Amino acid sequence: MNVFMRWFHKMGSPKYFYEVSGKMIPWFMWTFIITLVYGLYQGMIVSPPDYQQGESVRIMYIHVPAAWMSMFIYVVMAVSGLISLVWRIKMTEIFVISSATVGASFTFLALATGSLWGKPMWGTWWVWDARLTSELILLFLYLGIIALHSAIEDKRVAARAISILALVGVVNIPIIHYSVEWWNTLHQTSSVTMTGKKAMSTSMLIPLLVMSVSFKLYYGAVVLMRARAELLERDRNTRWVEEVVQEDTK
Amino acid sequence: MNEFLAMGGYAAYVWPSYALAFILLVANIVAPMLQRKKTVTEIARKLRRARNEQK
Repeated sequence: MNVFMRWFHKMGSPKYFYEVSGKMIPWFMWTFIITLVYGLYQGMIVSPPDYQQGESVRIMYIHVPAAWMSMFIYVVMAVSGLISLVWRIKMTEIFVISSATVGASFTFLALATGSLWGKPMWGTWWVWDARLTSELILLFLYLGIIALHSAIEDKRVAARAISILALVGVVNIPIIHYSVEWWNTLHQTSSVTMTGKKAMSTSMLIPLLVMSVSFKLYYGAVVLMRARAELLERDRNTRWVEEVVQEDTK
Repeated sequence: MNEFLAMGGYAAYVWPSYALAFILLVANIVAPMLQRKKTVTEIARKLRRARNEQK
Protein backbone atom coordinates (compact mmCIF):
# COMPACT_ATOMS: atom_id res chain seq x y z
CA MET A 1 0.00 0.00 0.00
CA ASN A 2 1.47 3.36 -0.93
CA VAL A 3 1.52 6.48 1.19
CA PHE A 4 -1.54 8.01 -0.43
CA MET A 5 -3.71 4.93 0.07
CA ARG A 6 -2.64 4.68 3.69
CA TRP A 7 -3.59 8.32 4.20
CA PHE A 8 -6.90 7.72 2.43
CA HIS A 9 -7.68 4.85 4.77
CA LYS A 10 -6.75 6.86 7.82
CA MET A 11 -9.00 9.71 6.66
CA GLY A 12 -11.82 7.17 6.58
CA SER A 13 -11.77 7.22 10.37
CA PRO A 14 -14.21 9.94 11.47
CA LYS A 15 -12.21 11.00 14.51
CA TYR A 16 -8.95 11.30 12.56
CA PHE A 17 -10.72 13.15 9.76
CA TYR A 18 -12.30 15.57 12.20
CA GLU A 19 -8.94 16.44 13.76
CA VAL A 20 -6.96 16.76 10.52
CA SER A 21 -9.64 18.73 8.66
CA GLY A 22 -9.81 21.14 11.60
CA LYS A 23 -6.16 21.92 10.99
CA MET A 24 -6.56 22.14 7.22
CA ILE A 25 -9.43 24.63 7.15
CA PRO A 26 -7.41 27.71 8.23
CA TRP A 27 -4.84 27.01 5.49
CA PHE A 28 -7.53 26.82 2.84
CA MET A 29 -9.22 29.91 4.23
CA TRP A 30 -6.09 32.09 4.29
CA THR A 31 -4.84 31.02 0.89
CA PHE A 32 -8.37 31.67 -0.39
CA ILE A 33 -8.41 35.20 1.02
CA ILE A 34 -4.94 36.02 -0.29
CA THR A 35 -5.69 34.75 -3.81
CA LEU A 36 -9.09 36.46 -3.72
CA VAL A 37 -7.58 39.85 -2.89
CA TYR A 38 -4.93 39.43 -5.57
CA GLY A 39 -7.51 38.22 -8.10
CA LEU A 40 -9.83 41.14 -7.38
CA TYR A 41 -6.93 43.60 -7.66
CA GLN A 42 -5.96 42.13 -11.02
CA GLY A 43 -9.55 41.92 -12.23
CA MET A 44 -10.90 45.26 -11.03
CA ILE A 45 -7.84 47.50 -11.34
CA VAL A 46 -5.02 46.07 -13.44
CA SER A 47 -6.90 44.41 -16.30
CA PRO A 48 -8.16 46.73 -19.05
CA PRO A 49 -11.77 47.16 -20.18
CA ASP A 50 -12.71 45.10 -23.22
CA TYR A 51 -12.57 46.90 -26.57
CA GLN A 52 -16.14 45.81 -27.35
CA GLN A 53 -17.75 45.11 -24.00
CA GLY A 54 -16.16 47.93 -22.01
CA GLU A 55 -16.15 47.56 -18.24
CA SER A 56 -18.94 44.94 -18.27
CA VAL A 57 -16.25 42.37 -19.03
CA ARG A 58 -15.32 42.44 -15.33
CA ILE A 59 -18.36 40.27 -14.66
CA MET A 60 -16.36 37.52 -16.35
CA TYR A 61 -13.98 37.24 -13.37
CA ILE A 62 -16.91 36.03 -11.28
CA HIS A 63 -19.04 34.38 -13.94
CA VAL A 64 -16.50 32.06 -15.56
CA PRO A 65 -14.80 30.78 -12.36
CA ALA A 66 -18.26 30.24 -10.81
CA ALA A 67 -19.38 28.25 -13.85
CA TRP A 68 -16.20 26.16 -13.73
CA MET A 69 -16.79 25.53 -10.03
CA SER A 70 -20.38 24.45 -10.66
CA MET A 71 -19.09 21.62 -12.85
CA PHE A 72 -15.93 20.87 -10.86
CA ILE A 73 -17.89 20.43 -7.63
CA TYR A 74 -20.45 18.27 -9.39
CA VAL A 75 -17.73 15.92 -10.62
CA VAL A 76 -16.15 15.74 -7.15
CA MET A 77 -19.59 15.01 -5.73
CA ALA A 78 -20.32 12.27 -8.28
CA VAL A 79 -16.93 10.62 -7.73
CA SER A 80 -17.55 10.68 -3.96
CA GLY A 81 -20.95 9.16 -4.66
CA LEU A 82 -19.40 6.38 -6.74
CA ILE A 83 -16.85 5.57 -4.01
CA SER A 84 -19.64 5.58 -1.41
CA LEU A 85 -21.78 3.19 -3.41
CA VAL A 86 -18.99 0.77 -4.24
CA TRP A 87 -17.06 0.71 -0.96
CA ARG A 88 -19.66 2.02 1.49
CA ILE A 89 -17.22 4.53 2.95
CA LYS A 90 -18.91 6.89 5.38
CA MET A 91 -16.57 9.82 4.82
CA THR A 92 -17.16 10.00 1.08
CA GLU A 93 -20.91 9.79 1.73
CA ILE A 94 -20.59 12.93 3.80
CA PHE A 95 -18.69 14.67 0.99
CA VAL A 96 -21.62 14.16 -1.38
CA ILE A 97 -24.08 16.16 0.70
CA SER A 98 -21.42 18.61 1.89
CA SER A 99 -20.64 19.54 -1.71
CA ALA A 100 -24.24 20.00 -2.76
CA THR A 101 -25.04 23.38 -1.15
CA VAL A 102 -21.81 25.08 -2.18
CA GLY A 103 -22.17 23.58 -5.66
CA ALA A 104 -25.72 24.88 -5.93
CA SER A 105 -24.50 28.31 -4.82
CA PHE A 106 -21.85 28.48 -7.55
CA THR A 107 -24.34 27.28 -10.16
CA PHE A 108 -26.81 29.95 -9.11
CA LEU A 109 -24.01 32.53 -9.15
CA ALA A 110 -22.97 31.50 -12.67
CA LEU A 111 -26.57 31.79 -13.89
CA ALA A 112 -27.27 35.09 -12.14
CA THR A 113 -24.04 36.80 -13.22
CA GLY A 114 -24.59 35.42 -16.72
CA SER A 115 -27.98 37.06 -16.70
CA LEU A 116 -26.52 40.34 -15.46
CA TRP A 117 -23.94 40.16 -18.23
CA GLY A 118 -26.42 39.05 -20.88
CA LYS A 119 -28.75 41.99 -20.40
CA PRO A 120 -26.31 44.72 -21.51
CA MET A 121 -24.44 42.54 -24.07
CA TRP A 122 -27.15 40.40 -25.65
CA GLY A 123 -30.11 42.63 -24.80
CA THR A 124 -31.86 39.90 -22.81
CA TRP A 125 -31.68 38.41 -19.33
CA TRP A 126 -32.33 34.91 -20.54
CA VAL A 127 -32.56 32.76 -23.65
CA TRP A 128 -33.35 29.05 -23.84
CA ASP A 129 -30.14 28.17 -25.57
CA ALA A 130 -28.31 24.91 -24.88
CA ARG A 131 -25.63 26.32 -22.57
CA LEU A 132 -28.02 28.25 -20.34
CA THR A 133 -30.60 25.47 -20.24
CA SER A 134 -28.12 22.73 -19.39
CA GLU A 135 -26.62 24.90 -16.62
CA LEU A 136 -30.14 25.46 -15.27
CA ILE A 137 -30.65 21.69 -15.24
CA LEU A 138 -27.44 21.44 -13.22
CA LEU A 139 -28.96 23.78 -10.64
CA PHE A 140 -32.07 21.58 -10.49
CA LEU A 141 -29.88 18.50 -10.03
CA TYR A 142 -28.15 20.13 -7.07
CA LEU A 143 -31.46 21.23 -5.57
CA GLY A 144 -32.91 17.77 -6.17
CA ILE A 145 -29.98 16.21 -4.31
CA ILE A 146 -30.43 18.58 -1.36
CA ALA A 147 -34.20 17.97 -1.24
CA LEU A 148 -33.84 14.20 -1.51
CA HIS A 149 -31.29 14.15 1.29
CA SER A 150 -33.52 16.08 3.67
CA ALA A 151 -36.56 13.97 2.76
CA ILE A 152 -35.01 10.70 3.95
CA GLU A 153 -34.72 10.26 7.70
CA ASP A 154 -32.07 7.52 7.74
CA LYS A 155 -28.89 9.37 6.73
CA ARG A 156 -27.13 6.30 5.36
CA VAL A 157 -30.06 5.53 3.08
CA ALA A 158 -30.25 9.21 2.15
CA ALA A 159 -26.55 9.21 1.26
CA ARG A 160 -27.00 6.20 -1.01
CA ALA A 161 -30.00 7.77 -2.73
CA ILE A 162 -28.25 11.07 -3.46
CA SER A 163 -25.10 9.24 -4.60
CA ILE A 164 -27.17 7.48 -7.25
CA LEU A 165 -28.84 10.74 -8.29
CA ALA A 166 -25.45 12.48 -8.46
CA LEU A 167 -24.08 9.69 -10.66
CA VAL A 168 -27.03 9.73 -13.03
CA GLY A 169 -26.80 13.50 -13.33
CA VAL A 170 -23.14 13.40 -14.33
CA VAL A 171 -24.30 12.90 -17.93
CA ASN A 172 -25.22 16.58 -17.88
CA ILE A 173 -21.60 17.70 -17.38
CA PRO A 174 -20.28 16.89 -20.88
CA ILE A 175 -23.53 18.30 -22.26
CA ILE A 176 -22.84 21.63 -20.56
CA HIS A 177 -19.23 21.61 -21.69
CA TYR A 178 -19.90 20.80 -25.36
CA SER A 179 -23.26 22.59 -25.62
CA VAL A 180 -21.61 25.63 -27.25
CA GLU A 181 -20.08 23.40 -29.93
CA TRP A 182 -22.89 20.93 -30.54
CA TRP A 183 -25.64 23.49 -30.83
CA ASN A 184 -25.89 26.96 -32.21
CA THR A 185 -25.97 28.97 -29.00
CA LEU A 186 -26.16 32.63 -28.21
CA HIS A 187 -23.57 31.88 -25.55
CA GLN A 188 -20.05 32.18 -26.95
CA THR A 189 -17.66 29.23 -27.21
CA SER A 190 -14.84 28.71 -24.72
CA SER A 191 -12.15 31.38 -24.61
CA VAL A 192 -9.86 29.32 -22.44
CA THR A 193 -9.03 25.81 -23.60
CA MET A 194 -6.69 23.09 -22.43
CA THR A 195 -5.01 22.94 -25.83
CA GLY A 196 -3.60 26.40 -25.24
CA LYS A 197 -5.32 28.07 -28.15
CA LYS A 198 -5.19 31.64 -26.96
CA ALA A 199 -8.35 33.70 -27.37
CA MET A 200 -7.78 36.15 -24.56
CA SER A 201 -5.09 38.63 -23.59
CA THR A 202 -2.83 37.72 -20.68
CA SER A 203 -4.00 40.73 -18.66
CA MET A 204 -7.49 39.17 -18.57
CA LEU A 205 -6.33 35.59 -18.30
CA ILE A 206 -4.40 36.27 -15.06
CA PRO A 207 -7.35 37.49 -12.95
CA LEU A 208 -9.54 34.77 -14.45
CA LEU A 209 -7.17 31.98 -13.45
CA VAL A 210 -6.35 33.51 -10.06
CA MET A 211 -10.05 33.78 -9.23
CA SER A 212 -10.55 30.22 -10.35
CA VAL A 213 -7.79 28.98 -8.02
CA SER A 214 -9.24 31.15 -5.25
CA PHE A 215 -12.70 29.61 -5.62
CA LYS A 216 -11.20 26.11 -5.49
CA LEU A 217 -9.42 26.92 -2.22
CA TYR A 218 -12.69 28.35 -0.93
CA TYR A 219 -14.48 25.13 -1.83
CA GLY A 220 -11.78 23.19 0.02
CA ALA A 221 -12.40 25.19 3.18
CA VAL A 222 -16.18 25.18 2.99
CA VAL A 223 -16.63 21.52 2.09
CA LEU A 224 -14.46 20.52 5.06
CA MET A 225 -16.40 22.81 7.41
CA ARG A 226 -19.66 21.32 6.21
CA ALA A 227 -18.33 17.77 6.37
CA ARG A 228 -17.24 18.26 10.00
CA ALA A 229 -20.67 19.57 10.96
CA GLU A 230 -22.38 16.66 9.20
CA LEU A 231 -20.03 14.21 10.85
CA LEU A 232 -20.81 15.45 14.35
CA GLU A 233 -24.51 15.14 13.65
CA ARG A 234 -24.22 11.62 12.26
CA ASP A 235 -21.91 10.30 14.95
CA ARG A 236 -23.66 12.13 17.76
CA ASN A 237 -24.01 8.98 19.86
CA THR A 238 -20.39 7.92 19.66
CA ARG A 239 -17.64 8.23 22.18
CA TRP A 240 -15.36 10.45 20.07
CA VAL A 241 -18.09 13.02 19.43
CA GLU A 242 -18.84 13.20 23.15
CA GLU A 243 -15.16 13.90 23.74
CA VAL A 244 -15.11 16.60 21.07
CA VAL A 245 -18.22 18.24 22.53
CA GLN A 246 -16.81 18.16 26.06
CA GLU A 247 -13.60 19.72 24.79
CA ASP A 248 -15.58 22.38 22.88
CA THR A 249 -17.92 23.41 25.69
CA LYS A 250 -15.32 23.47 28.43
CA MET B 1 -12.98 56.92 -7.62
CA ASN B 2 -16.39 57.91 -9.04
CA GLU B 3 -15.23 56.78 -12.42
CA PHE B 4 -14.29 53.42 -10.96
CA LEU B 5 -17.70 53.05 -9.32
CA ALA B 6 -19.47 53.99 -12.54
CA MET B 7 -17.87 51.02 -14.35
CA GLY B 8 -18.17 52.77 -17.70
CA GLY B 9 -21.94 52.85 -17.42
CA TYR B 10 -22.21 49.18 -16.48
CA ALA B 11 -22.36 49.74 -12.70
CA ALA B 12 -25.90 48.34 -12.51
CA TYR B 13 -24.64 45.01 -13.87
CA VAL B 14 -21.09 44.73 -12.53
CA TRP B 15 -21.68 45.61 -8.87
CA PRO B 16 -24.71 43.35 -8.32
CA SER B 17 -22.63 40.49 -9.74
CA TYR B 18 -19.86 41.10 -7.23
CA ALA B 19 -22.30 41.73 -4.38
CA LEU B 20 -24.12 38.46 -5.04
CA ALA B 21 -20.81 36.59 -5.17
CA PHE B 22 -19.83 38.12 -1.85
CA ILE B 23 -23.14 37.23 -0.20
CA LEU B 24 -23.03 33.62 -1.39
CA LEU B 25 -19.38 33.17 -0.39
CA VAL B 26 -20.06 34.48 3.12
CA ALA B 27 -23.30 32.50 3.49
CA ASN B 28 -21.56 29.23 2.70
CA ILE B 29 -19.00 29.93 5.41
CA VAL B 30 -21.50 31.00 8.06
CA ALA B 31 -24.02 28.18 7.46
CA PRO B 32 -21.73 25.26 8.42
CA MET B 33 -20.46 27.25 11.42
CA LEU B 34 -24.01 27.65 12.71
CA GLN B 35 -24.85 24.04 11.90
CA ARG B 36 -21.84 22.81 13.87
CA LYS B 37 -22.59 25.09 16.80
CA LYS B 38 -26.21 23.95 16.94
CA THR B 39 -25.18 20.28 16.95
CA VAL B 40 -22.53 20.83 19.63
CA THR B 41 -25.05 22.65 21.87
CA GLU B 42 -27.61 19.87 21.43
CA ILE B 43 -25.16 17.11 22.26
CA ALA B 44 -23.78 19.06 25.23
CA ARG B 45 -27.28 19.46 26.63
CA LYS B 46 -27.95 15.75 26.19
CA LEU B 47 -24.69 14.84 27.92
CA ARG B 48 -25.47 17.15 30.86
CA ARG B 49 -28.90 15.60 31.26
CA ALA B 50 -27.43 12.09 31.20
CA ARG B 51 -24.89 13.05 33.86
CA ASN B 52 -27.56 14.57 36.10
CA GLU B 53 -29.67 11.45 35.89
CA GLN B 54 -26.74 9.34 37.02
CA LYS B 55 -26.32 11.33 40.21
